[in-house]
Parts: sequence; structure tokens; C-alpha cells
Amino acid sequence: MSQLSLKVEFGGGIELLFSKKHTITVELPALVPTDDSTDDQSLMEDTAKEKKPANLAYLVLYLRDRLLTERAELFVENGTVRPGILVLVNDTDWQLEGEGDYELKDKDNIVFISTLHGG
Amino acid sequence: MSALPLLDYQRYGRQMILDGIGFPGQVKLRKASVAVVGAGGLGCPALQYLCAAGIGRIGIIDHDRVELSNLQRQILHTEETIGLHKAESAARALKSMNSDVLLDVQTVAVVADNARELLAPYDILLDCTDNVPTRYLLSDTAVALGKPLVSGAAQKFEGQLSVFNYGANGPCYRCLYPTPPPRETVGSCAELGIFGVVTGTIGNLQALETIKIILGLHDETPALLIFSALGTPPFRSIKLRSKKESCLACGKSPRIPSSTDYVQFCGGPAPDWVSLGQSSGKANQRAKVEELRQAIESGVELSIIDVRPPTEFGICQLPGSRNIPLKALLEDPKKCIDSGTEPVYVVCRLGNDSQIAAKALRSQIEGEITVKDVIGGLQAWSKEIDPSFPIY
Repeated sequence: MSQLSLKVEFGGGIELLFSKKHTITVELPALVPTDDSTDDQSLMEDTAKEKKPANLAYLVLYLRDRLLTERAELFVENGTVRPGILVLVNDTDWQLEGEGDYELKDKDNIVFISTLHGG
Repeated sequence: MSALPLLDYQRYGRQMILDGIGFPGQVKLRKASVAVVGAGGLGCPALQYLCAAGIGRIGIIDHDRVELSNLQRQILHTEETIGLHKAESAARALKSMNSDVLLDVQTVAVVADNARELLAPYDILLDCTDNVPTRYLLSDTAVALGKPLVSGAAQKFEGQLSVFNYGANGPCYRCLYPTPPPRETVGSCAELGIFGVVTGTIGNLQALETIKIILGLHDETPALLIFSALGTPPFRSIKLRSKKESCLACGKSPRIPSSTDYVQFCGGPAPDWVSLGQSSGKANQRAKVEELRQAIESGVELSIIDVRPPTEFGICQLPGSRNIPLKALLEDPKKCIDSGTEPVYVVCRLGNDSQIAAKALRSQIEGEITVKDVIGGLQAWSKEIDPSFPIY
């Protein structure tokens, strides 16, 4: 089964939720459990779980469960990113790419950026 | 074709000889009017370049007054204009640079009741403000008036730039952000910090986008420019969605009532951290700065824990105080208390984080140790005890 290697970037303050890291590499299997579980066991190739192609919605949950170091509600609300966070797929607003339904591809560049308000 | 004043050919000659501007372009600039809302970090550089380029009429709208802490980035204001309205201070600077430009100085706050009337006279609006409610208000007003909105924002080392409600199908601010961010995720420049060159960069780019629109040189593609001063590369341009049919402001069936309370919509007013930090709290849980001074001078053993971030602790600190940033303290409050029995005083900048820290410490302590936090924080220390202690 193939693996996806994703470049994930954080900006506008979102990096503070992820150990102040601006860029990380996330390795995900191309197929992930349909129940959205994110533990190692569920991600094993030989798990009996039903699988679906990894999409952006799954990546959001994976980041929340596996890499977030602050309170989850600062990143996720109602199963998707909270208001005020822009998600970009290869330099395009995810709203143009199907939002959470966008199926991740190897080497995709995903950016989570908080909208700024100061001036 | 109307001629320009004779001296304008000299003043604007360097830009008039550019293909794409020329004589007709300069006339367009002269006939154009723009409103700059906010004469702060973004507004100052935007105003400076718009005025220098020869825009005919500029509205400067800001109800704030100039403070010393503004001068690091709000480059039209000077030591002499501290205390003046920013709109007035900016107008003085612009007048000495280009006396030909008509400047409308407005020292009122833009609110739902006056926004349309204030902004109607102008062709293009610039959002150079510093808060979420006004950003929604300006976007809704731009849609209602049918004018493009050149929107800039900046915080820390990062900036963002977009043109909203422009072109055949350009989105408005609400198309992108139908729901405001939770109140607690929004900080101000005073809380989070801002680097002057960053607001300068975004403000300059707002002037550029505005001028491109006036000259017809803008390609109308909806985009968000993201600037990260420390990033490599520092700029990236993001392709944005077009207008959203379901948008409450600019969609098929608009339904934004003109009586909208934008502050409530965005989760209520910004907390007044200075006042909150000065609350007297429960008896024996908070100490006045005078009590801390007496405790220090009495020579008794005591422990002072400063819960600010390390960078702020590095700016100034009370002698003998230990820096344990709030986050680290909350992770393991027990570890922060020495085995002794001396009283603990917790301090921070204004006296808010210290309340959280002291509460966490108290909940973990067994025995007789007194834990208090300092009312008004180090700012109160400077104002009431030691005027030579820096305020930042």
C-alpha cells in the first residue's frame, strides 16, 4: 500500500498550536480507516478496518489527534477547522478544491493559516 | 482632455513616462478619491504613497490619538503630534508632502450607523483597521456601496493582503470568512507584538493595489497575498474562491440588516486587560504592589515567580524573581514551589496571567504556603512603586 508524504505548514499563529513548528512532514497511508481513527494500530496496513482514500478532513483530525499540543478547540470545531483558519492546498484556497473531501496526493503542500486582524 | 497643473508634469513625470500610466493615468489618479480607514501601522504607509502619487482626494478616518508606542511603525506621526488625533496628525504630514491633494480628516469611529455615509463619497476603500468587527463592517459597506475594498492586516512578523468585492465575480470578506473567529483566538498588536516593517510592507502594497485599480492595471483575479517576514520565500500568493452565492452580504439574496451589531457578532468587545488585571480579587489571594514592596524590603524570605514569556522577562524583571512562563507553570504547578514555606508572589505584565498561575499553584499546595499574585502586575509596580521600572 502506498504512503503519502505531505508538507504541512502553519502560519498566522497556528504554529503555536503545533510546538511552534512552521513546517512539518506528515506521512500518511494513501488509504485510511473510514471510521476516522488515527491511532497507529488503525493505520497499519493489515488492519481489518474498512478503508477510504485519505482526504483533507482526515488530515485535520490526524493533526488534531497526533500533533496538536494545545487545546483542540483552538484548531477544530464541529469536525472541521475552526472559523478564522484558512486551509490552502498547493497555494489554492481549499474551498476551490472540495474542502475536506479533497483527496490527498503524495507531495501535496497543505497550509493552515490564521487570518490576521491587526494593523 | 483636461490638462494638468504645470508643476504636476515635473512632480509626476517619473511615473507619467511609464507605459500603462502616461498622461491619462495621471489624470485618472487626480480624479480619483479613496478612503483610508485607520491611520495606524497600515494606514500611514498607504496614505503616504497614495498622497505622493497624486490621488485627488483622500479621506483619512481614525478616532484614535497618537501615542509614543505608535511611532515604531506608524510613520506619519511624530513626537510632536503625540496626543493629536491620528487622522489630524497624518493629514499634517501629508500636507507638507503634497499640498495639492484634498484631504478629508474624519476623527470619528466608523460604526454601522455612519459607515455608508462616511464612505459613500469615495471610489475605493482601504481597510487599514486593527479589529475583526470593523473588518466585517467595512466589507459589508463596500458591498452595499458597490466599491472595491483593499484589505490589509498584520501581526507579529506576518501580513496578509486581499482586494475584496472587486471585478465581475470577486468575493467579499464574508465569502471567505462567513463566521468570525472565536473571541479568545484574536489578539491585538499590544498583546501579540508587531514589527514596523511588516505593517509598512502591507500598507505599501495596499497603496499599490489601489493605484492599480484606479489605473485599470489590476487583473481582477481573487487572491490572498501572504507575507511572512522570516519565511523563505517571504511572499506567496494564494488563489481564492470567487463570490459565494450563499453569501449573506454579496450573494444571491443578501440579508445583512443595517442595524447589525458587529461587535456582538464577533463575540463581544475586546477585553480590557489593564482593568481586568487591576481587579482586587478575593481577600488574601491578590496583593497590591505596595504589599510586595514591603515584603521585599522587610528582608523575609520570599519567592517571586514571573509568569511572562521568556522574551518579555528578558526586557525587564524584578530583582530576585524567577521566570516560569505560564504554560510551563500550568503543566506542573507543584514543581514550581520550593520545599520551603516562604510566601510566593506571582507577577506578570498586567496582572491577568498571574491570577491564573496563582490559582493553579494554590490548588496544588498542601500546607501553609501563602500564594498571592500582584494586582496590576509590573505595570502597576512601575506606576506606583518604581517609576524607573520600564513599561512596554
